[in-house]
Amino acid sequence: MGVHTMRAGVLTGGLLLPAWSMADWAVNMPPGVTGTSQDIFSLHMTILWICVAIGIVVFGVMFWSILAHRKSEGHEPAHFHENTTVEILWTIVPFVILVAMAIPATATLIDMYDTEESDLDIRVTGYQWKWRYDYINDDFGYFSNLTTPLDQIYNRADKGEHYLLEVDNPLVIPAGKKVRLLLTANDVIHSWWVPEFGVKKDAIPGFINETWTRVDEPGIYRGQCTELCGRNHGFMPVVVKVVPQEEYDAWVVEQVAAAEAERQLTQKDWTLDELMVRGEQVYNTACAACHQPDGTGVPPAFPALKGSAIVTEDMPAHLDRVINGVAGTAMQAFGPQLSEVDLAAVITYERNAWGNNTGEMVTPMQVFEFKSQQ
Amino acid sequence: MSAVIDTHAQDHHHGPAKGITRWLYTTNHKDIGTMYLVFSFAMFLLGGTMAMVIRAELFQPGLQIVEPEFFNQMTTMHGLIMVFGAVMPAFVGLANWMLPMMIGAPDMALPRMNNWSFWLLPCAFLILVSTLFMAGGAPNFGWTFYAPLSTTYGPPSTTFFIFAVHIMGISSIMGAINVIATILNLRAPGMTMMKMPLFVWTWLITAFLLIAVMPVLAGVVTMMLMDINFGTSFFNAAGGGDPVLFQHVFWFFGHPEVYIMILPAFGAVSHIIPAFARKPLFGYASMVYAVGAIALLSFVVWAHHMFTVGVPLAGELFFMYATMLIAVPTGVKVFNWVATMFRGSMTFEAPMLFAVAFVILFTIGGFSGLMLAIAPADFQYHDTYFVVAHFHYVLVPGAIFGIFASAYFWLPKWTGHMYDESLAKTHFWLSFVGMNLAFFPMHFLGLAGMPRRIPDYALQFADFNMVSSIGAFMFGATQLLFLFIVIKCVRGGEKAPAKPWEGAEGLEWTLPSPAPYHTFSTPPEVK
Repeated sequence: MGVHTMRAGVLTGGLLLPAWSMADWAVNMPPGVTGTSQDIFSLHMTILWICVAIGIVVFGVMFWSILAHRKSEGHEPAHFHENTTVEILWTIVPFVILVAMAIPATATLIDMYDTEESDLDIRVTGYQWKWRYDYINDDFGYFSNLTTPLDQIYNRADKGEHYLLEVDNPLVIPAGKKVRLLLTANDVIHSWWVPEFGVKKDAIPGFINETWTRVDEPGIYRGQCTELCGRNHGFMPVVVKVVPQEEYDAWVVEQVAAAEAERQLTQKDWTLDELMVRGEQVYNTACAACHQPDGTGVPPAFPALKGSAIVTEDMPAHLDRVINGVAGTAMQAFGPQLSEVDLAAVITYERNAWGNNTGEMVTPMQVFEFKSQQ
Repeated sequence: MSAVIDTHAQDHHHGPAKGITRWLYTTNHKDIGTMYLVFSFAMFLLGGTMAMVIRAELFQPGLQIVEPEFFNQMTTMHGLIMVFGAVMPAFVGLANWMLPMMIGAPDMALPRMNNWSFWLLPCAFLILVSTLFMAGGAPNFGWTFYAPLSTTYGPPSTTFFIFAVHIMGISSIMGAINVIATILNLRAPGMTMMKMPLFVWTWLITAFLLIAVMPVLAGVVTMMLMDINFGTSFFNAAGGGDPVLFQHVFWFFGHPEVYIMILPAFGAVSHIIPAFARKPLFGYASMVYAVGAIALLSFVVWAHHMFTVGVPLAGELFFMYATMLIAVPTGVKVFNWVATMFRGSMTFEAPMLFAVAFVILFTIGGFSGLMLAIAPADFQYHDTYFVVAHFHYVLVPGAIFGIFASAYFWLPKWTGHMYDESLAKTHFWLSFVGMNLAFFPMHFLGLAGMPRRIPDYALQFADFNMVSSIGAFMFGATQLLFLFIVIKCVRGGEKAPAKPWEGAEGLEWTLPSPAPYHTFSTPPEVK
């Protein structure tokens, strides 16, 4: 080994070791915390070991031939070929192994498809790029957005422990109960996945897919969207908080009350400053992913709002865009997604931020009237 | 009378035309084969460059080099270019060069169509690559272009992408018709179907697959075209359409497509292993039947790509069983290759090294394929890096190593020179190590929960991603060495005899090296 090679080795090692010292070299699937995930894990390990066993036999014969039956060892070639018995044998044996494997796989699959007799139903809707959870038995629902700051994503700040796997409002479910999830999507196909539950199902516009889970162990479980859904596909995590039943019940009461309070906010008299503060928050969770935090957008797919004619002049068009979206583009209809207060706040914010300074404000009542006129 | 015929016959014994027109107007299977191979290698480097961009961005967590939009364009274009630009044309190039020489034919059956099907390709890829420079960028919805992400939500360049796919499809269909017409009509007297070399057999079956599924691809992109530009709602739920229909139609094309990319490699490896083991292929007939069985099964397994879309239980079970069944004929092929090597007298020149690596690594890809076939487990594997690892294990050491093995095996016949063996071995070992370093850790990443097609990832995936990127850079850089080896071999080197490999069998080795511009004007006799 030359000096240069050694130097290169030391250099590479030096560069890599700091990263390796905090290594997380997970090489296998987590067994998970549900019956389904554990069944899947045992299927996974069974088929893996079957493959390893077949591999040892096949590669064993192969490497033995490679080492022993080489011309440089003076090995003379045999001339045998064509043997029907052998061919039949190595067709039948794998077939039998496969049948043996198919039986437990079928049983697990039947169990995974059994969504009957659930204790709780939750509708999960995929949006570009967030999840919405609707508790259809209790009449409330909310969005779940990524909370990792852009500064961490763009390496201007240290990355947190749950980088890209943290949200503002996780899905909350009670421990030990069969929860049925009804999945659909608002725009493109998404896929809802929590590895620890062994649950992955596509959320498809126009379809309602069903799946279920029962988690006995309270805790926080994390997953991600697993179907390419556009620009921020990598930035729409799934976080599920499993809590004991009593805690869950208390949480539901709180949520129902909060939903009612939110509805009443429409009646309140708002000032420009109040709307601007609320609007900035709404903008950063609902709009900034496409139109960018500074309103410059990513033209032509995501137009700039800063200095835009609609945002600075034509107020009715602005309301229409935000509430009804633009058909055939990535601009969603936010009317059904946001409350009147949030719509009013975000429109007000857009008309006054980044030097747009129109001084105009839109009240929740104006939004309410605009929506009722349609 | 006879004098007239003689003059006429002499006209046909000219060499290649001079200058650019030789390549533009040629109807010679060897020239067209060369153009296909050169084009395919150019696309391999282009698609590879995009892979380097992807791996560079994934080297560390966080966004460093590209924005997510561009990252998505890179994954999409990488897939499209590698599938339609690198792997498929490479096999058509090998078919053009080798099929006539293997069956004792003077040329392909439809030489003018042959010229046309090649020249469509650069046009198609010019259109496809030009989308990178259009407003809104290139297609960014993955090489599987699932609707409605590719229709309602696609960039404006999607229509150009559809046009490019149509042109590639026409090119492939014409190529396939040509292969079938050649094999069925131009075999030398005495060469019955069951005496055809395996590369000929696998290409015949591949050609039928192409004719069966390329129109389906054309159909699905046409439906997209209608949805985007003419107000139909095939895939738009808001208009009463069905986004899942897209996936059914796409994968009805897509699954046979993956066998289109591997069957010709099966054929080539079935020539190379017996040649360097100096021992006949263990089971010729069962190899033919196995390829036939794989091809037939490939039409009834498409929904295993869609286990999580909500296929009904009965459908789920059917597609699981059918998919597991494919392991049987695939196993037969692997066992036959190993039985051929067993008790042979092996040497390990570059073609054999690539062929042996093909068998080992393709089998590993087959194992992960079997794991993916288990539908309940697929709910965990689906759309993670485990899938990325799986299909790169079948495509890189499968299709690509198969192509390298073929290239080294037949380069002496094409150029008349031996390639530089020690450089070729270096190429092999660097590719082998780089490829495994790049793709093996992806199994771990997928199992640990990393979804595919993401530009940034959670911190627990950082270490294996860095390893994978290092391997990818190594594999990528190594391919420039292949370019150098081929250029060196074309320009000179040790003179190659008619049959440079001791154990090689077949009509192509009865011809001098380099093979003359026109071969087998008089058909040989096959006993």
